[in-house]
Amino acid sequence: MALHWLLALMILGSLGVGLYMTGLPFSPARLKLYNWHKWAGVTILVLSALRLLWRLTHRPPADVPMPAWQQRASHAAHAALYALFFAVPLAGWAYSSAAGFPVVLFGVLPLPDFVGPDRALSESLKPLHQWLAYALAAVITLHIAAALKHHFIDRDGLLLRMMPARRRGAAPVQPTRS
Amino acid sequence: MSSRTLFALSTLVLALAGAGTQLAFAQPKPAQLQPAGSEIAFTTRQMGVPVEGQFGKFSAQVALDPRKPETGSVSLSIDTASARFGSAELDAEVPKPTWLHAAGFPQATFQSSRIQAAGPGRFEVAGKLSIKGSTRDIVVPVQLAPVGANQVASGSFTIKRLDFRVGEAEWADTSMLANDVVVRFKLVLAGLPPL
Repeated sequence: MALHWLLALMILGSLGVGLYMTGLPFSPARLKLYNWHKWAGVTILVLSALRLLWRLTHRPPADVPMPAWQQRASHAAHAALYALFFAVPLAGWAYSSAAGFPVVLFGVLPLPDFVGPDRALSESLKPLHQWLAYALAAVITLHIAAALKHHFIDRDGLLLRMMPARRRGAAPVQPTRS
Repeated sequence: MSSRTLFALSTLVLALAGAGTQLAFAQPKPAQLQPAGSEIAFTTRQMGVPVEGQFGKFSAQVALDPRKPETGSVSLSIDTASARFGSAELDAEVPKPTWLHAAGFPQATFQSSRIQAAGPGRFEVAGKLSIKGSTRDIVVPVQLAPVGANQVASGSFTIKRLDFRVGEAEWADTSMLANDVVVRFKLVLAGLPPL
């Protein structure tokens, strides 16, 4: 659960910075944001790997009662989220490498380039990274909308079990999901 | 004009012509730069990230007898508008006045002043490097090795970009963009006397 909220902050932050920085003129400020964005992306990738590992080794809490189509939609959305947690940063990393900017994590740890500098490849990876990020933003919007629906319309306490323990109050005690 | 004066004059002319011929022989024959396989590349560091660029267009005049390097000379001329990077954005940025100012200073040049042997196949070439209107004395270590019918002169050296005002105003901050720029070169030369 802690990973969920940490990643939520980092992913929303990276989406926002990503959207903002591409419109900036060539400047040190822009260079800084690009590097922070890349560092955040690699951190998201690592934390998502840990999260996936946790998810695969721990049984998630049971679904709250809901119509079958909603259950299917929920499972599909979660699968899409997990796929995009990896696809978006990986496409960004590849795009950076192809454009001749190897990623140096926090300015000190050079990461390997899994593609070499390649102008044509970088020009096709750029829109790929961009559209995958838009897709992630769309699924996140759906995810938040569904969570709010469960909380305010269904009033089934689903959102409360994603809250820290001391604020859970009267909500039914259930195993938390990461 | 008396015949004596004429004689004296023609002797002078002949003597000068002879000296000229001798000078021409003292200077080794110029080699030809082969563009295929030759490269001049450089690496900058932006927030610790090495970013490499290359110059697509340059010319070189190399006259060097490797057994008598002190008689040789090297001069290079690089088109500053021909810097190419991995991204089109940098290609468009670097010719601007903040960086290489290609419109005002279309060429960066190097002219050797002294060439010394520094071991087998190794030389030290001292000379003047001019970029964007600033000139600095540098010493370039050069390794010469035969490759096929040609000789390849290669090496690398480090310059300070701010010595040449490359990256002005907000880009003068070396914590964002390192002052050190590593220059690597590989010149494929035809017609150079053997080592």
